[in-house]
Amino acid sequence: MSRDRKVLIFGGLALAAFGMFYGLHYALFVEHQTLDQLGGSLATAFVSAAERKLPESRAALDRYAAIRYDYVRQVDVHSHWIGLAMLMIVFGAAFDRVAFSGSIKFWIALALTIGAIVFPLGVILQSVSHGSALASALAILGSGLVIMALAATALGFARQGAPGGA
Amino acid sequence: MATKAVSSPMIAGFPAMSAQRLLVFGGVALIAGGMIFGEIFAVFVLHQNGGKTGEALLAATKAVTAQNPEAVKQAFVSIGGLLEDRGTKVDTHVHMTDAGYLALLLALVQSSVALSAPRKRFLAKLFLLGGTLLPIGIFLIHYVGLAYSPFPVIGWASILADSAGALLIVVLTAEVWGLWRHFRGQPEAVASMSHVGTAAAGCPAERSSADPAPTWEERALLGGGTVLVLLGFLYGAWYAGKNLYEQEARERNILSFMLDAAVKTPDLSGQFVNSYGMLAAERAVQIAAHSHIIEFGLLAMLLSFVQRYVFLNAVWKRRWVVLLLLGSLILPVFVWLELKVGLVAGGIADVGGLLVVIALIGMLAGMLRYSGSVDALRGAQP
Repeated sequence: MSRDRKVLIFGGLALAAFGMFYGLHYALFVEHQTLDQLGGSLATAFVSAAERKLPESRAALDRYAAIRYDYVRQVDVHSHWIGLAMLMIVFGAAFDRVAFSGSIKFWIALALTIGAIVFPLGVILQSVSHGSALASALAILGSGLVIMALAATALGFARQGAPGGA
Repeated sequence: MATKAVSSPMIAGFPAMSAQRLLVFGGVALIAGGMIFGEIFAVFVLHQNGGKTGEALLAATKAVTAQNPEAVKQAFVSIGGLLEDRGTKVDTHVHMTDAGYLALLLALVQSSVALSAPRKRFLAKLFLLGGTLLPIGIFLIHYVGLAYSPFPVIGWASILADSAGALLIVVLTAEVWGLWRHFRGQPEAVASMSHVGTAAAGCPAERSSADPAPTWEERALLGGGTVLVLLGFLYGAWYAGKNLYEQEARERNILSFMLDAAVKTPDLSGQFVNSYGMLAAERAVQIAAHSHIIEFGLLAMLLSFVQRYVFLNAVWKRRWVVLLLLGSLILPVFVWLELKVGLVAGGIADVGGLLVVIALIGMLAGMLRYSGSVDALRGAQP
């Protein structure tokens, strides 16, 4: 098996297992509590408004927005890690049909693997530090790598089907 | 539908009750089941649930106006129940189809898993058990709740779902271990491979220069699938850059205006509840378009690997491929258009989903015919 396929298949399996562990940990220890806090803070905002305690109401609304910001990213990380891992394994199985040289295919595989790790990592770091430039930069860099690797792979598949392709 | 002869390498690559066959059939069945569930949810639950949530939110704002905190709490209990109902059904759909994708992925790498055939078969059965119980557990969370649970926040249905998820992790870990042994050149790997025979037909993990060239169906699904995934990622990047933060800020503002209106100008509360509902719908269709186009792209790529097990003539195989790619494009595009065009677009999106389900069932029927032919030939051999 070529090294590009090894990178994709082993990287993909490891990332899928990691994503599942993260999801299991999140479901067991974080999600229920987060959802309770999410619903509780929104309800508190409304109850405080009904009691005409408007500063408390606004504070609860701010809390709701912050928890929701984290919740969206925590769930996104789980689905993106596993989704990207599956994509890597599928490409690993079909990468011999990409009509590029071995070294180019290796760099494409490496870019996809790094992107698949870094992009969700940047997203989850955004929930650790709201508005962090480093986290956003990681997410943008990771998603850029994934998109470039995908475009290159699509081109490689197209070259294979074309006359004169591999 | 005319058929063609089944070559002996294909028999070697798809033996009866092998892990590969279990995972292919189980995977396609899980994906088809998850998609049918998603269609039923979209038609019969999604919009009705959204309407009830809006009514409950309006009741909460009226309770704020009436300075009645108890009524607010009741409205939020109702909203919580509606959100849980919706969320668990979405998760059921997602986890059932994703378990199907993983099953197909595992089928692809089975010939490189250096474990004995009975162990691989056992792992395949465990995976399919986990993949079936996980969505069932998630579906039941809303209905079982915390009844008879020894834990304060986790009910029996959650325990079932989490246990099934843990089972999937155990199987995946064992498969990775088998792959590791294969690439380390363990003796059992060689034995396992010789048991299976030569390269499994249609399994690119074991492709060699002697394998036949990819067929039109395989190339269309692989290339089309990659383009769909690429489109999905480009759209996701655009969504994250343009809409994600704006929608989060807008949600915060709408809720703030809604509460201000409930206290000071109650007549305007309804407008803000409508705005909140529109924002929720906008967010839902944009995320659904992103996730569905990527999932269908992955599905198309996965199905390219099992085309040689689809025992139908070329015309029918192409029809199912075209139908699948067409539906894979129609569904996300018209889901995205739903807010701009209205419910007609939603109906067309549902038809797109139906096309994918029909194509999947058509391919599954072809694979069942293939395995039946293989088993008949195997039985006829001395």
